[in-house]
Amino acid sequence: MKKLINTPEREVDEALAGMAAAHPDLIRVEEPNIIVRKDAPRPGKVGIISGGGSGHEPMHGGFVGLGMLDAACPGAVFTSPVPEQMLAATKAVDGGAGVLHIVKNYTGDIMNFEIAAELAQAEGIEVAAVVIADDVAVKDSLYTAGRRGVGGTVLAEKIVGAAAEAGADLKTVTALCQKVQDNVRSMGMALTSCTVPAAGKPTFDISDAEMEIGVGIHGEPGRRREALRPADEIVEMLVTPILEEGIFASGDRVLAFVNGMGGTPLIELYVAYRKVNEILTERGITIARNLVGSYITSLEMAGLSITLLKLDDELLRFWDAPVKTPALRWGV
Amino acid sequence: MISTGDFSRFLETFAARIHDAKEELTQLDSAIGDADHGINMDRGMTAIMELLPSLRDGDAGTLFKQTGMKLISTVGGASGPLYGTFFLRLGTAFGTATEIGPTELAAGFRAGLGGVIARGKAGLDDKTMVDAMDPAVAALEAGIGDLPAALDAAAVAAAVGRDRVTPLVARKGRASYLGERSAGHQDPGATSTTILFESLRDALRAG
Repeated sequence: MKKLINTPEREVDEALAGMAAAHPDLIRVEEPNIIVRKDAPRPGKVGIISGGGSGHEPMHGGFVGLGMLDAACPGAVFTSPVPEQMLAATKAVDGGAGVLHIVKNYTGDIMNFEIAAELAQAEGIEVAAVVIADDVAVKDSLYTAGRRGVGGTVLAEKIVGAAAEAGADLKTVTALCQKVQDNVRSMGMALTSCTVPAAGKPTFDISDAEMEIGVGIHGEPGRRREALRPADEIVEMLVTPILEEGIFASGDRVLAFVNGMGGTPLIELYVAYRKVNEILTERGITIARNLVGSYITSLEMAGLSITLLKLDDELLRFWDAPVKTPALRWGV
Repeated sequence: MISTGDFSRFLETFAARIHDAKEELTQLDSAIGDADHGINMDRGMTAIMELLPSLRDGDAGTLFKQTGMKLISTVGGASGPLYGTFFLRLGTAFGTATEIGPTELAAGFRAGLGGVIARGKAGLDDKTMVDAMDPAVAALEAGIGDLPAALDAAAVAAAVGRDRVTPLVARKGRASYLGERSAGHQDPGATSTTILFESLRDALRAG
């Protein structure tokens, strides 16, 4: 293992200390390892919090700030945070209007957020939760834990954060978050593995001639392993299952999000975006907005994911609303 | 009768064996999960070891309730809430008793299993820790007339349960995302649960 760290045990704490030092105008870092918007709680504003394992930076901590999250709870690398973090974050951002938990669909995240919500409600804070499960690589059936939460989470956090900033109540932001979930789908692929620092070895073995289609953001194996193909064919393999979901039709406006997994240069993401644009244009689908860059990563894994969100005027307005966080900024 | 000191030794044994199996558990989890089970369980049980000196002279209920709370707050992932809930229910069942008989032991483990199922919503054959824990608890209940034999039967039943589901396709947890590709891989959660029952047997036998 070759990593720019001091020790695996200290990595998350030291990164949080670095974030706090880099962005004192936007965030503060508090015990027990939570990243809180500097001016939280804001009286009368619904608090929006999310969380998950570390190793996906900038998600979620990089999205704390004006117009997005009020707090983020980072766990150990690829490990759900613990309930006391979500409880502390919920209390830290509660301005009396309730708190929404945006939870990615992983068994551990769901259980730890559930325990935290029960504890917060016992203390008199109104809590709602929406589960993001947008990965089409995973079959959604009674016989699995359901679809994984991936790229759609970033878009949900931006849109819901804007609505909360504009003064929407808990019921409204919860419904809006569910609307994003209902209209967003993603799929990813990997060229190389990632290495969890505490494990010290790559999570999976993959040769130079192979790729993993449908990979998760923890290096979980996907739909299938196959021979490496040119970028255009890879993009086809990812976009086609998303379009087969029956959500996107000719005449629709979408937000297209081409996301790097951590080890992929921006030049390759633009090669992919070009092809995404070509495929959607052929199908009569307009890319009204886009996001290209590495926003939900899997440590140093090379690869990308593609996310499409069907837009309407409401989603478009909240996407365009001002945001000022360590990782996303516009309109301010 | 089993004392709080005996149960403390059980937790020490479990912590030591989880530490020894850290690599193996992480390896199993790399194949079908997210490569953190051994690391997380070791972090949690290390925290329990720091807690034990203040608890070993109290009652069995407090010992296990504190253990459960600590696991929930240190482990994360799915195993934190699941093992945490298991020990919380076990502690609640034991109440303020300082000496536990075989019947109460089996009832406590049944309550713990109920907590795991309620929290994780997994059933038999979903290829989770339930597949090791359910037969182990049943063996414990069936053998309460002869505790050492029952403890041995429970440890063996857990291992049999763990191995029985290896060929199956996982239906809960992160391994379920693999579909057919999870078949043939030993489940990390069922593996750590087997270590739990082996630790119980060996710690109480040594007493």
